[in-house]
Amino acid sequence: MGDAAPADRRIIIDSLGVGIATGVYGVSFGAIATTSGLSVLQACVVSLLVFTGASQFALIGVIAAGGSPFAGALTATLLGSRNMFYGLSIAGRLKTRGWRKAAAAHVVIDESTAMSITRDTDRQARLGFYCTGWSVFVLWNLTTLVGAAAGQSIGDPRTYGLDAAVGAAFLALLWPRLTTWPVRLIALTGAAIALGLVPFAAAGVPIIAGGAIAVLLGMRLQVDA
Amino acid sequence: MTSLWWAITLTVATCYGWKFAGLSVPEKVLEHRLTVRAAGLIPVGLLGALIAVQVFAGDHRVVFDARAAALVVAVGLLVVRAPFLVVVFGAAGAAALIRLV
Repeated sequence: MGDAAPADRRIIIDSLGVGIATGVYGVSFGAIATTSGLSVLQACVVSLLVFTGASQFALIGVIAAGGSPFAGALTATLLGSRNMFYGLSIAGRLKTRGWRKAAAAHVVIDESTAMSITRDTDRQARLGFYCTGWSVFVLWNLTTLVGAAAGQSIGDPRTYGLDAAVGAAFLALLWPRLTTWPVRLIALTGAAIALGLVPFAAAGVPIIAGGAIAVLLGMRLQVDA
Repeated sequence: MTSLWWAITLTVATCYGWKFAGLSVPEKVLEHRLTVRAAGLIPVGLLGALIAVQVFAGDHRVVFDARAAALVVAVGLLVVRAPFLVVVFGAAGAAALIRLV
């Protein structure tokens, strides 16, 4: 056990660091949410209960672009599907059941998975998972409230370029995945089809259609993303 | 309830449902080759489409305005490995500046 304590401390410190770095994005979510038409309460409910960044940005992004809230919900749902695969990859190490499993499921996100799956032991995997997941959760929700309150009091969001911030947020989320040319091609296909549909389709439809066709093309070409 | 609240409720249910299913579903179902491939492709295709619409869609047409310039700034910041918040608010600042002049 002599080596366990320093290793544990290292995992806790690293996890809290990731928690802080990720949690502060909540400011941008809160600010963009309220300038997209959500109330402060709605922005906070989304961060508390949806709690998966890309889906949350998708929901408000579609609404801000003039799409129906349900097109936003559908886009958010599709983006959230990856968390199922994260859950699968760490279920064997968490080994939870009952209410503990229900609570653990809520913090199955990119960061908690990444800080967990590489550990040597199950105990360290759990330490990385829970420390990262819950520290992101606490900060993400606090900063959402701050951003939402600020967003509501600043007037026209375009003056501050906040409408441009959403595209940049999505690009920053996509960027680490664009490692090979086939993957870049799939992303560009989604973009091109969506833009091609903008003049003809109701807002929200181009996003879902572009994304769906890009995924089908990727399946057809057997691209591994 | 307004349609926005319904949409939020739906998103809460589906997003939590994915997470809980991942901890519950037998591995065999999810580790199928095609499922794994689709799971990797969905965020790439959808985010590509989302970015394009977010940046270039106007009132039922494609437009190039301050948002496009902000996207170029975001690319530049990502190339030099700037942190997430710097990219997001750097792009916002660029768009605001362009609209100001």
